Amino acid sequence: MLFKTLINHPADWMQGSGPHSEIVMTSRVRLARNLRGFPFPGYSQEHQRLELLQLARPCVDSLPEMKDGYSEDYAKLSKTRKQVMVERHLVSREHAARAIGCAVAVDRKQNLSIMINEEDHFRIQGIRPGLNLRSAWQLVDKVDTELEGNLPYAYDEKLGYLTACPTNLGTGMRASVMLHLPALALTDQINPVIKAVGKIGLAVRGLYGEGTEALGNLFQISNQHTLGEKESEIISQIEKVIERVINSENNARQKLVEDNPNMLQDQVGRAYAILRHAHILASKEALNLLSLLRLGADLDLISNCDRSLLDMLLLEIQPAHLQLRAGKDLNPEERDLRRAEITRTRLHSLAGPSNVSNNQPPPEAPTSDLTDE
Amino acid sequence: MKCDVCETEATVFLTQIINGQMTTVNLCDSCSQAKGVTDEMGFGLAEAFLNQPTPSNEVTEGVCEACGFTAAQLKKIGRMGCPECYTAFRDGLDGLLKAMHKGTRHVGKTPSKIAKSRHVQGNINHLREELANAVRDERYEDAARLKNEIDRILNPTPDTV
Repeated sequence: MLFKTLINHPADWMQGSGPHSEIVMTSRVRLARNLRGFPFPGYSQEHQRLELLQLARPCVDSLPEMKDGYSEDYAKLSKTRKQVMVERHLVSREHAARAIGCAVAVDRKQNLSIMINEEDHFRIQGIRPGLNLRSAWQLVDKVDTELEGNLPYAYDEKLGYLTACPTNLGTGMRASVMLHLPALALTDQINPVIKAVGKIGLAVRGLYGEGTEALGNLFQISNQHTLGEKESEIISQIEKVIERVINSENNARQKLVEDNPNMLQDQVGRAYAILRHAHILASKEALNLLSLLRLGADLDLISNCDRSLLDMLLLEIQPAHLQLRAGKDLNPEERDLRRAEITRTRLHSLAGPSNVSNNQPPPEAPTSDLTDE
Repeated sequence: MKCDVCETEATVFLTQIINGQMTTVNLCDSCSQAKGVTDEMGFGLAEAFLNQPTPSNEVTEGVCEACGFTAAQLKKIGRMGCPECYTAFRDGLDGLLKAMHKGTRHVGKTPSKIAKSRHVQGNINHLREELANAVRDERYEDAARLKNEIDRILNPTPDTV
């Protein structure tokens, strides 16, 4: 598959479907795997990484799952293209920062991606839309078993799969769920929720994983512990927590509609107006406003709004996506102009927000005392 | 947001929650590089290493013979050099793992090759016990059959694989 084909055919999980998709954007499971006899990528020399790549890439590319997929050596991939894949969550930021000796493979449906020579020799990632960690796990588990048949994995009876960082030892599994929590944020309840989730050993992160800010009210919840528990136990624990967070967000949304309809309508209305009419739109502002618009769509304040339109727009306005479309590097000011332009175009036919409460009469035009007579 | 160290615009945001305590550190590009912060886990790990009382010299000395990685490097970057490092630096690892994980022993997926060999080993142990019993009870026909069975598992001919 060509890079162009990959980019022009977004995956189903990028377009707002799946269980609980009004709150859960995606479910991802990644496995860290390494080979015996090779130093970890962070401590290896270029020739060692190339040697590993030469050994590993044919095994990855010949997986049945990778038939008609996309596979590329990082030495041949531009910075913008790598960054576009980061923005689509197909590769990690850390991997995109590397070059010689690294490669990526993505399956045709873009549910599966395998990074070679990331922090570990292999990072195998499965992504599904909505809350569906089990299906993502089944996918990576199968691929992992297939790879293991042809490659000498570094495994220890006591410590499990050996990884560059001891935080990934054991299962080498990180299961994470991306959540959109605008109502908890609007009602100032997000910090207690984050704290509660943290207390039971789960991590809460921003849009692009470790060390990123929570933009657009998007939060990732994932396991921190990888040793001493089975994969299925880790997934069950996250599922339980996510279901509680979904309940809290739904309650907060309901409460906003009942107790604070004016504020809600104001926020959604302002977001709509700015996105429809702005000519300069910074990334952070756009993400936060799109979050409010998505909330408006979820609560039927904005009718006939296709959620996939908003989810795709969220991708299209990211810096590397803008640069790829422009065919050149853009400075931040140029990006803000183009971001606003694309947003106006995409939202052109979207009808404005309605009133929160149906029994509220439409406001009558105020009678004016200042008549000519 | 400003960098916590030098007040320029921060580009790296670290939020870590350990036992319910949330800490946030904001750093600019150059400070994050100067501090060797590539991601939150590495940073946290470095801290864990630094703050650890050192009752013995277990994690501060030694070298992995397979890759030449030293304990000092491990302490500095919080990552291992190669899979063999886990053997080289095994002493003192348990304490670190206890603080980091639910347990110190892997209970999840096992590569099928290893699962198979574990199963085979279990079978052999069982057969050896039976063989010893057969010899003790002077059941030599049984003993010969068991011996053949063990040999067949240990030295499979292409036909039996």
